[in-house]
Amino acid sequence: MSQFIVETDTPNGYKLKLQTGLFINNEFVAGSDSIDTINPATGKLIASVQAADKNDVHTAVKAAEAAFNGPWGKMSALDRAALMFKLADLIDRDNEELSQIETLDNGKGITFARLFDVKQIAISLRYFAGYADKVHGKVIDTEGALSYTRHEPIGVCGAIIPWNFPLMMLGWKLGPALATGNTCVVKTSELTPLSAYKVAQLVVEAGFPPGVVNIITGYGAVAGDALARHMDVHKIAFTGSTAVGRLIMKAAAESNLKKVTLELGGKSPNIIFDDCDLDQAVRWAHKGIFFNHGQTCCAGSRIYVQASIHDEFLKKFKEYTSQTKLGNPHDDDTFQGPQVSQTQFDRIMGFIDTGKKEGATCFMGGERWGNEGYFIEPTVFTNVKEDMSIVKDEIFGPVVTVSKFNGVEDVLSMALDTEYGLAAAVFTKDTARALDVSNRLKAGTVWVNCFNELDYNTPFGGFRQSGIGRENGEYALDNYIQVKTVKININRKP
Amino acid sequence: MAQADIQTVRTSKGQEIKVHTHLFINNEFVPGNGPLIETINPATEEVICSVHSADESDVNAAVKAAKTCFQSTWRKVSPSEKGRLINKLADLMERDKDEIAVLDALDNGKAFTVARDVDVTDSIACFRYFAGWADKIHGKTIDTTFDKLCYTRHEPLGVVGAVIPWNYPTMMAVWKFAPALAAGNTIVMKTSEITPLPLYKFAELVKEAGFPAGVVNIITGYGQTTGSYLGCHPDVSKMAFTGSTVTGRKIMESSASSNLKKLQLELGGKSAQIVCADADLASAATWACGGIFNNHGQSCNAGSRILVQEDVFDKFMELFIAETKKLVVGDPFDEDTFQGPQISKLQFDKIMNYIKIGQEEGAVLAHGGKRHGEKGYYIEPTILTHCKNNFRVMQEEIFGPVVAIATFKTIEEAIEMANDSEYGLAGGVYTSSLDTAITVSNEMQAGTVWVNCFDIFDQSTPFGGYKQSGFGKELGKYALQEYTQVKVVKIQRAGL
Repeated sequence: MSQFIVETDTPNGYKLKLQTGLFINNEFVAGSDSIDTINPATGKLIASVQAADKNDVHTAVKAAEAAFNGPWGKMSALDRAALMFKLADLIDRDNEELSQIETLDNGKGITFARLFDVKQIAISLRYFAGYADKVHGKVIDTEGALSYTRHEPIGVCGAIIPWNFPLMMLGWKLGPALATGNTCVVKTSELTPLSAYKVAQLVVEAGFPPGVVNIITGYGAVAGDALARHMDVHKIAFTGSTAVGRLIMKAAAESNLKKVTLELGGKSPNIIFDDCDLDQAVRWAHKGIFFNHGQTCCAGSRIYVQASIHDEFLKKFKEYTSQTKLGNPHDDDTFQGPQVSQTQFDRIMGFIDTGKKEGATCFMGGERWGNEGYFIEPTVFTNVKEDMSIVKDEIFGPVVTVSKFNGVEDVLSMALDTEYGLAAAVFTKDTARALDVSNRLKAGTVWVNCFNELDYNTPFGGFRQSGIGRENGEYALDNYIQVKTVKININRKP
Repeated sequence: MAQADIQTVRTSKGQEIKVHTHLFINNEFVPGNGPLIETINPATEEVICSVHSADESDVNAAVKAAKTCFQSTWRKVSPSEKGRLINKLADLMERDKDEIAVLDALDNGKAFTVARDVDVTDSIACFRYFAGWADKIHGKTIDTTFDKLCYTRHEPLGVVGAVIPWNYPTMMAVWKFAPALAAGNTIVMKTSEITPLPLYKFAELVKEAGFPAGVVNIITGYGQTTGSYLGCHPDVSKMAFTGSTVTGRKIMESSASSNLKKLQLELGGKSAQIVCADADLASAATWACGGIFNNHGQSCNAGSRILVQEDVFDKFMELFIAETKKLVVGDPFDEDTFQGPQISKLQFDKIMNYIKIGQEEGAVLAHGGKRHGEKGYYIEPTILTHCKNNFRVMQEEIFGPVVAIATFKTIEEAIEMANDSEYGLAGGVYTSSLDTAITVSNEMQAGTVWVNCFDIFDQSTPFGGYKQSGFGKELGKYALQEYTQVKVVKIQRAGL
C-alpha cells in the first residue's frame, strides 16, 4: 500500500502523503500506465499517479459485482447508512488535509475547498444515508391481483467525474448510488485524481466491505470508454462536456444499453431587469461567472442587462470585479486561483482572442495574470452580437459577455437561443415578472435574485443538450434504482 | 404520384371499409413525399392497399407543426381541458371500437375478437387512466435555507417522437399518446409501415375530439429512413421507441449524434415462466399457454421459456399440451379463432428457422412445428422440450408461437437459469408457497414478475425492462416521469 505514497509539501508548507495507486477492492494497486498530475498554480509536477486501462476497469467492475452479490447486497439499509455516516464523519475530521490536496491539484482557493467542496461531499453522504431505508415502492390497487412495485438497486454503477469540483462531484454520485444499495466504480479526471484517493483511504477506515467503492483514474478515451462499454455495468453517470456526453451515450448504445445520466455543459443567461436591487445583482452576477474561476457547468456566462441600467451595471460590475483577489490558491483570502491546466488556459485565451477578433470590446481583463501557472484575469466583453462564438460557445473560464436588452420578449428570445439549458437567472422585484420569466426559461435551474445557489436537496440537471437526469434531492434516487412490478394473482382467470 | 387519401379495403368476410392512406399532419390528411408502401394481409398474403410514407421533408413538416402548436397553443391549454380532450378521444374510440378492431385484425392478423376485447378496450382504458392524471402533475416545494423559496415544476418536454411496432398497432400507439398528452407534450408518431391502417382511423377521431391542429401527428415509413429522420431531429426532445433491441441501439446512437434527446426504449425479451412442483399445475398450464401463445407469440413479454421442476415435468407437459391443443388457429375474422397468422413472410421464415435450429441443437419437438394451412403466414403452436439454457432457442427472441422448455431441480437453479439472459423484461412463477413466490419475485432480474398468472396488465402498474430489454416505464404514474422534465426555481429573499 505504501509503495504508492508520494510525500510532498504545498507551497505554504503543509505536508502531504499522497496516495497514487488505483483503489480496487479496498486496496491500492498498480495500473497499467502512469499519468503526471500538475499543480496549476505553478505548472510543475505534483506526482505521477497510476492510470487504469481496460483490464484494470474490468478488475474494478468484477470487484464491485462481487461486493454487490455478496456482503453489500445482503446488508440492511441501516447498516449501509451507518457506513455512509461514518465516512462523512471521517471526511469532516480530515477536512484540512482534503482541502489542501484539492487546492493543490485543482487550483481553487483553499477557503472554498474548506467551506464548500469538502463540506459538500460529507453533506451529500449524510443526506443520502438518511434515504437508505426510505426507498419505497408502491402498492397499486388492481382488481383480483395484488400488485406492488419494488425500487431495486441496479448493481454495479459506473461514474465518470470531472476536474472542476473533484470531491463534490464524487459525493453527488456516491451518495445516491450507495444509499440505494448499488456498488460503484468511479473514474476520476486524470487532471485531479488526488483528493478522491484520500477519500478512498477513509472508505477503508470507515469499514466499507471491499469492492463497494472503487476509485480509479485514467484517460477518458481509455478508462472512461472501457467503463461506458462494460457489459456488467448497467448504469453510467457522466459529468463533463457535451461532446464527451455523446460518446458515452454512443458507447452505452453499442454495448449493453446501460442506463445513462448526463450532466453536461451550459451557457446560462443571467437576466437583470431595471427594477432589481442593482448592488445585489452585481454581487450575484460576479459570483455567477467568477466562482470557481468560471469552471462551472451552470456559470452565468451571458449577462443581459436592461438598457436603462446597463451602463451603471457595467460601472459597478467593473468596480466590484476589480477587487477580486487572484493569487496563490493556498492563501486564505484568494478568491480566484489558476485555471486547471495548460489546455484549458490555451482554450480560454483562444476564446478571448476570438472575441476581440470578432469585434467585441474587451471591457476589462483579457490577459494572462502573473508569470507562473494558468491564471487569467477576470474578463468582461461588451458590444457583443448574439451570434459571436463568445456568446454561443461554452468557454469554461472567467470570461463573461454583457449585452443590453429592452424588454421581456427581446431578452427571452436571446436567452433561449441556445442548445444548452442548464441554468438561468432573473433579477427583478416584480413577482409576476419573476414567475412569468422563470416559467418561460428553458433551464433545469432558474435562480431568482441569486445565482449559483446549489443545495444538496434540490434537483440539478439540464434541459436540452445540457443533459439527461437530475442529481441531488429525492429526484436523484430514481437514477440509481430500477422498478419491478410484481403481480400476485388472487382470483383472475386467464 | 399521389393516390387519393381514401381507399376501400375488404376483409376476408367481404366487409368493406374505407381507410385513410395519407399522412396526418396538423389535423389534415396530406400525401407524403416518400414512396408508396404496400400493406399486406397476413392471412391471405395479398396486398390490402398502399399507403403514403413520409420522407425527410414530411418529417420536418410534422415536427414543425408539433413544435409550433406546442409553443403557441397546447402549452397554454389548461391541464383539466387537456384531460377532457383525452377523455373525449376515449369516448370516440368506444363509439368506433369495432371499426378500429377490424383494421387491427385486417392489418396485423390478430383475431378480431381479441383486437376488440383486448387491444382496443385496453387502449380506451389507457386514455381514461391518463386523462385523470393531466391536472395532477405536481412539483414540490423543498425547504433549503431560511432565506430562499425553492420549488420544482414538472414541465412537458415539448415535441415527443414515437416509433411504434406492428404487434399491437393501436395499443402501442395509445401507450405513448396517453401519458405524452396528459403531461402536456405534442407528438409525432411513426407507425410501423407494416400496420399503418388502424392509426389513420384513430387520427380522424383526434380531429373530431377537438384537439388543436399539431398536437397529434401520425406518419408512417421505413425505420431506416422515416424513423431515422425523427430520431435525429433537433427539435424533437424525446424519443419513445418500442421494437427490437437492434433498432433500440440505433435510436440511442442517433440521439447521441443529434441533440441528446431523452429516450425510452421498450425492447425484446425472453421471459421465463417457472413452474414449481407445488404449483396448481392445471392452472399453471392454462396461464403458461396464454403466456407464450397470446398474440401468436408476438409479444415482447412473451413467456417463451418455461422452466419446469423435474418432478412434475411429465404431469405438467400432459396438461400443457392438452391446453395447447385447444387453441384454434384460423382466419382472424372467424368467431372462434384464437391465433391468426404471423405478421409477415419475413417473420414466418425466421420462426420456422428457429424451430429447425432448436431441433438441431437437441430439443425434442413435442407439439406442432409445421406451417398451418397453405395460404397465410400461419404456424402451429409449437413446443420444444429437453432444452438447455444455452440453446439459441432459449436465449434468442423468436417472436412467434414457439416455446422452449427446460427442467430444473431446485428453485435456486431456476432463478439462475431465468436470470441467465441478456434480457429482463418479465417473468413468472407458479407456486403455492408464499416463501417461493417472494424469493423468486425478489430475485428475478425482470421489470414485471407475475405470480400464479402471466401476461396480465393494468393501466396503473408500470411496465418496462431490466438489462437489454430497455429502460423507462410505460403505464402507471411512473410513465409521467418519462414525459416531463424537472425545473427547480430558487427565489432569494435577502442579499449575499
